[in-house]
Amino acid sequence: MPGFDIAAASLVGGLLTGGVYALVALGLTLIYGVLHIVNFAHGALLMVGMFAAYVLAARFGIDPFLAVPLVAAFMFCLGWALYRFVIGRVSRGEDRAMLLATLGVAVVLDNAALVIFTGDTRTIETPLTFAVLEVGPLLLPVGKLVACGMALLMAGLLWAFMARTGTGRAIRAVAREPEGARLVGIRPDRMFALAYGIGVACLGAAACLLLPSFYVSPSVGENFVLIAFTIVVLGGMGSFPGAVVGGLLVGVAESLGGLFLGESLGPITISLMFILVLLLRPTGLFGVAR
Amino acid sequence: MIRIIIAIVALLPFAVGSPFLVNLAMLTAVSAFLGQCWNISGGFGGLTSFGHAAFFGIGAYVVAILQIRFGLSPWLGLPAAFLLGGGVGLAIGFASFRAGLRGSYFALVTLAFAEVFRVLANSLDITGAGLGMQIRRQPGLITFQFVDGRLIYAAALALLALATLCAWHLRRSRFGAQLAAVRESEDAAAALGIGVVRTKSLALGLSGGLTALGGVLYAQTYLYIDPSIAFGSARSVEMLLVAMIGGAGTIWGPLLGALVLHVIADGARVFIDTPGAAPMLYGVLLLVVIWLLPGGIASLKLRRAHA
Amino acid sequence: MLDVVELSRRFGGLRAVDGVSLTLPEGGITALIGPNGAGKTTFFAMLAGFVRPDSGTVRFAGTDITGWRPDLIARAGLVRTFQITQPFAGLSIAENIRVGAFLREPSPAAAMDQARAIGTRLGLGGMLDRPAGSLTVAGRKRLEVARAVATRPRLLLLDEVMAGLNPSEIQEIVGLIREVHAGGVTILLIEHIMAAVVALASHAHVLAQGRLIASATPRALAENQAVIEAYLGHGAAARMAAHA
Repeated sequence: MPGFDIAAASLVGGLLTGGVYALVALGLTLIYGVLHIVNFAHGALLMVGMFAAYVLAARFGIDPFLAVPLVAAFMFCLGWALYRFVIGRVSRGEDRAMLLATLGVAVVLDNAALVIFTGDTRTIETPLTFAVLEVGPLLLPVGKLVACGMALLMAGLLWAFMARTGTGRAIRAVAREPEGARLVGIRPDRMFALAYGIGVACLGAAACLLLPSFYVSPSVGENFVLIAFTIVVLGGMGSFPGAVVGGLLVGVAESLGGLFLGESLGPITISLMFILVLLLRPTGLFGVAR
Repeated sequence: MIRIIIAIVALLPFAVGSPFLVNLAMLTAVSAFLGQCWNISGGFGGLTSFGHAAFFGIGAYVVAILQIRFGLSPWLGLPAAFLLGGGVGLAIGFASFRAGLRGSYFALVTLAFAEVFRVLANSLDITGAGLGMQIRRQPGLITFQFVDGRLIYAAALALLALATLCAWHLRRSRFGAQLAAVRESEDAAAALGIGVVRTKSLALGLSGGLTALGGVLYAQTYLYIDPSIAFGSARSVEMLLVAMIGGAGTIWGPLLGALVLHVIADGARVFIDTPGAAPMLYGVLLLVVIWLLPGGIASLKLRRAHA
Repeated sequence: MLDVVELSRRFGGLRAVDGVSLTLPEGGITALIGPNGAGKTTFFAMLAGFVRPDSGTVRFAGTDITGWRPDLIARAGLVRTFQITQPFAGLSIAENIRVGAFLREPSPAAAMDQARAIGTRLGLGGMLDRPAGSLTVAGRKRLEVARAVATRPRLLLLDEVMAGLNPSEIQEIVGLIREVHAGGVTILLIEHIMAAVVALASHAHVLAQGRLIASATPRALAENQAVIEAYLGHGAAARMAAHA
């Protein structure tokens, strides 16, 4: 049995990672809540964001944390264009076609990255990589602490944008009543592309926050697909607070799973959580009927 | 007419005997077979699975474990793999469909099941954990290991024929009609006395059992498997691509899909020999098919026949 | 044939069906009428197993089938159609009907023969090999009936099979229902079109706001609009007629 200190450190580490996961999941839940698309390309898009942050860091020496606005803007444009010119067009609004379209996008992106960057695993070092903060008996990695703080800050900004701005309200109106929104002069297709872009922009930000403490490779997105979906079904598809709480929960579960089950068996925690939630409580722990 | 052409093309590699051609034909036949397996549940049943690698991996590990851990004949691996793959398919189906999972949710839950198997294979002693399993090389009919590529190709063709026969049977049989009814409208099917959960689970079970046979053939051909080869999502995606691009829910679709994919793979290699180039084109092709040709390539032929 | 006792179901605060009891004799044609939102379709859905009742029992041919799965109820011989028609769009019309025939006939060839015979009898003869997705509203309604009949039901629940049809189509489908009935099938139908109800049913029950408020011969109900007005409020009879 691991000692209390190690368990506590693992718990805190999980919470910190979970904050960034929450941001990944927010993008997914936003896209689902507005477009009712199960965005299977989410992992692949996160990978693209991570490569963008990597290139900025490795080529131009821009710290990933400072690159957040750049990468988020780039990813917003990418997401907007993807929806406008590929996903929205290809799928004609059918559930299965949308799922397969996002799968197709994921396959293209994953393999395009493989062609461009080869299958190598890459990491970067930043000034914060090895910095730790001593809090009582715990050693907290400063990089993760900052990442988690920034992620939660951005989650708050996104919430404020959706709740307080006209555009945010228009997006929510389209999500709830596409026909009604059309009648008051909102163009649903524009809002859909916008929402998809914002969801993907969340990934851009999350990618910058993840990169210093993770690695990047063309297949890195696969790790996050199930994580993001587990968070979102746990919190209830489409729920903002659900995604944040779910993100923290999944971060902790992953961390403790690794601690108690070991390096190789640990990852089973996420998959099992996902399966059990879907089979036993498909509306999520906090969700209402979908 | 089409059948005769298919037969001639299928038998050509035997006559020509060029190792390159035989290998290409074998890979195509295996892809077509696996695509057909996916098609049985995913096309005829409309059950979009993202996790068929689970069944493939089960087959591969079953035959490896039977030989390495228990010293049993790989021939025994065939029925064992079919039963275990089928049983797991039934169980996953029953649990998921009873919980009311459909569409995207079903796709995701199958992905998660495959991932569970991958992690287990990566951690358990009996599967050799991350090291994978190496089957001792001793070619022969009894050991179900062939040096001559033509024999492997023949085995792949036999599997393809079996799966195509199953698909053909689904077109004609009572079960196939009930499966199609469930695919089109679950409520209407239930109102006509069809057990919806049962029908869908059986389809997934049949598909899973057949897919596991593909795993057996893989293990016996390459004599090495590891968790990613066996349960990695690339396998699931390829099976889906073959069926969807060729024409989901049609008998010849997976065959067409596999041909197109392997022609592209070898064609692409001529221009850019980078890993990822061909799969990238598959992805583009999938998008084009969903956009312009939801019935897959097979629907082109049908359309012309109707015109 | 069918004994329903105190059947109830709420959705949230709404009592969709509220303590409905009724008995159907074997071999009759009975109608269930009432304004929109009265709970008729929910009532049907409960009989056929698509909606689980909160309380009450359904006995069919002597067996308590309350809470059974829809497919088991259909197998027992109680088969419903859908108000919003649900053709198997990817299948031909004959294949659609054959799905119903397969319930009692395992042989594909024999089931197809039966399906073609039933399709022809129900006026779908010329189009049996066309895709079901190509049917008009009237054709879809016939297909609903044909599929259900092909299962050889003992009790057939028809949910508004005449809605959206023109008068001559209604007359045809009335004839079809009579023919099915003559084949020995007990029929319970939801219908807004009073003329058809009068023409077909020997008995009619009136459902309003989830409760059974009247039971009589259709003629008596149709002639005595005052009865309906008394139960449902002023203008109710006109509203019912307007839904036709």
